Amino acid sequence: MTDTNDTRSRIPLGLAQRGYIGVIQHLSAGDAGSALSDIELESRLIELGFVEGARVEVLHEGLVGRDPIAVRVDNITIAIRRREAMAIIVA
Amino acid sequence: MEAPLLHLALVGTPNSGKTSLFNALTGSRQKVANYPGVTVERKEGFFVTPLGRQVSVVDLPGTYSLRGRSPDEEITRDFVLGKASGETVPDLVLCVADSTNLRLTIRLLLELKRTGRPMILVLNMFDIASRRGITVDVERLAKELGVPVVTSIAVRKSGTADLLALTDEISAKLAAEPRENSWRALSVAELRATQREADRIIADCVSLPARPDTWTARIDAVVLHPVGGLIVLAAILFVMFQAVFAWAQPLMDLLNNGFDALGEFVHATLPAGLLQSFLQNGVISGVGSVIVFLPQIIIIFLFILLLEDFGYMARAAFLMDRIMGGAGLHGRAFIPLLSSFACAIPGIMATRVIDNKRDRLTTILIAPLMTCSARIPVYTLIISAFIPARDVWGFINLQGLVMFGLYAAGITSALLVSFLIKFFMLRDYAPAPFMLELPDYKMPRLKSIAIGVYTRAKMFLHRAGTTIFSMMVLIWFLASFPQPPAGATEPAIDFSLAAIIGKALEPLLAPVGFNWQIAVALIPGMAAREVAVAALGTVYAIEGGKEAAEQIGQVLATKWSLATAMSMLAWYIFAPQCASTLAVIRRETGSWTWMAVTFFYMLVLAYAASLLTYNVAVALGAG
Ligand SMILES: Nc1nc2c(ncn2[C@@H]2O[C@H](COP(=O)(O)OP(=O)(O)OP(=O)(O)O)[C@@H](O)[C@H]2O)c(=O)[nH]1
Ligand SMILES: [Mg+2]
Repeated sequence: MTDTNDTRSRIPLGLAQRGYIGVIQHLSAGDAGSALSDIELESRLIELGFVEGARVEVLHEGLVGRDPIAVRVDNITIAIRRREAMAIIVA
Repeated sequence: MEAPLLHLALVGTPNSGKTSLFNALTGSRQKVANYPGVTVERKEGFFVTPLGRQVSVVDLPGTYSLRGRSPDEEITRDFVLGKASGETVPDLVLCVADSTNLRLTIRLLLELKRTGRPMILVLNMFDIASRRGITVDVERLAKELGVPVVTSIAVRKSGTADLLALTDEISAKLAAEPRENSWRALSVAELRATQREADRIIADCVSLPARPDTWTARIDAVVLHPVGGLIVLAAILFVMFQAVFAWAQPLMDLLNNGFDALGEFVHATLPAGLLQSFLQNGVISGVGSVIVFLPQIIIIFLFILLLEDFGYMARAAFLMDRIMGGAGLHGRAFIPLLSSFACAIPGIMATRVIDNKRDRLTTILIAPLMTCSARIPVYTLIISAFIPARDVWGFINLQGLVMFGLYAAGITSALLVSFLIKFFMLRDYAPAPFMLELPDYKMPRLKSIAIGVYTRAKMFLHRAGTTIFSMMVLIWFLASFPQPPAGATEPAIDFSLAAIIGKALEPLLAPVGFNWQIAVALIPGMAAREVAVAALGTVYAIEGGKEAAEQIGQVLATKWSLATAMSMLAWYIFAPQCASTLAVIRRETGSWTWMAVTFFYMLVLAYAASLLTYNVAVALGAG
């Protein structure tokens, strides 16, 4: 996908800390270890607005294992577990 | 010639205001039923357009796509595609969007277009969008999408005028030609492409100033704080249960006195005999003792509806996800379980938002352990008869505290059962994902809350008037016949069928401290848990003979030991007997086995808990 942000390293959103702001680079459902099939996970992520180029910000974290996280995706907020967020590669 | 009924369907992403729009269009002309085969609520309403066209409109469950991942979303898909059995294909689909958040809806709309159904895009919540400085070039948007677009404010008077006018305009020229349906499930690449297309159209037609909802951010800073959020959640639940006790009391006293006075009046006016006994002991004291709980039921539904409308429920699910995950539950199970505090039936029906089968099954199995409002009458009665109404630590009402403890016991056992299910039955199981939109907070609307509380109250009273009433007639009959032989010295009830049945069951229940009167009361409790209270009232009133019926609480305080009362409370934490809950479980799981499993595990737990409570209480000298 578009490489707009060479200066920052790419990480999965699932590893991001609270306060992290970045842009989605690509989706990689195979890396997530989710109970869903890759296709299903990717479809759901897209349906919730996690597409390449979307701006994301980690707003909140849960208590246990800092999980799940509340992520601002453009102008909506989505709660998602870190496990599934591993499929979203951001920079 | 009259134009045929125009069929509309409301489709859109969750929280876009479909139900509000539905209420705004139809007012009180609504029919709530279930879709055949599944317990998904089907809401249809009727209205007449300004030009006099008769319209029927159906409120569909929210969905992000037509793929249909859960029973809920399948309904929406089948309905739009005209595949739902026994349903008319909608003449016109209203695609409802939250104007502050168009991305996902426009994507959905592009997908919907492939179905070939005539469509309108309704930009709802336009008031909020305007307030945030969002502007939409409506004409251009309509041109780009190839679909008429109209703005609306579902919660404001005349906020739907434009929509109505457009409906008239479009329905006048709806062609009868057959429509091409080219919809099929989108591949990932197509999904991505549609989202791109949607984003492009939005960039062209909508200007979004970077002015997010600061209120939502501020509230979330507290409410979603890892520790603070949980404290807030606990506080909300605590206030809710204190309110159920404290606020409802004056009203309940009023109702109680009213029914007492009515009973006295009947007693005084009618000659002593069967009719007098039937009206006073069967009808008035029986049905009355249940209706008295209306204020509490209204309060608990009021809280749940307020939290829902405010947008808090999704937050609660977020906070509880990992904590419930420890017990093998999905975060989304929190909302169905919370609704089960009102009644397990809507709670079990609400589990349809959980798309994973096993998560859904676990939630269904434990939902009846949440203390439903039908248990409140039983708890209230026993607590007020046996627990002194004093304050502990200066400010907490002891009765409220015991009530809170009972709720806590229900929740704890639910978590325990769920943990056991996960441990023994669903071991090889990877947790299903948790993905949920956290909507912006909204000021709860008086009108929708009022409609919600009103329907629930109506349902409760309807139940009191039908199920509970007929059970009361049965109990009165069992307790009154056969009549004692002339010259008998024992109380008349000792000769009745009720006593015969109760005494037959007594040996089974004696170990947990239940007498035969309780055994009798538990049977009609199958029809509705709260009937147990009324049944006790009737049994003791008839047993009490001709003296004016005392308040049932006072009777219990003299007839039961503290140990028996505690044992009864413990029984009702589980209370397996509720025929409607069991029926819903059968329907929702599609299996008699799961229904039987639920009944027996709850029965075993109830018996064990009562046995333990009773024996400990007796050992401590409360026998
Ligand atoms: N200010 C404003 N609030 C609205 C409007 N329409 C709906 N709301 C509020 O938005 C919230 C959600 O509305 P609902 O009608 O329950 O949404 P829904 O689409 O039925 O949601 P689901 O059934 O969960 O998919 C409620 O708190 C409404 O009061 C609107 O036009 N303006
Ligand atoms: Mg709705």
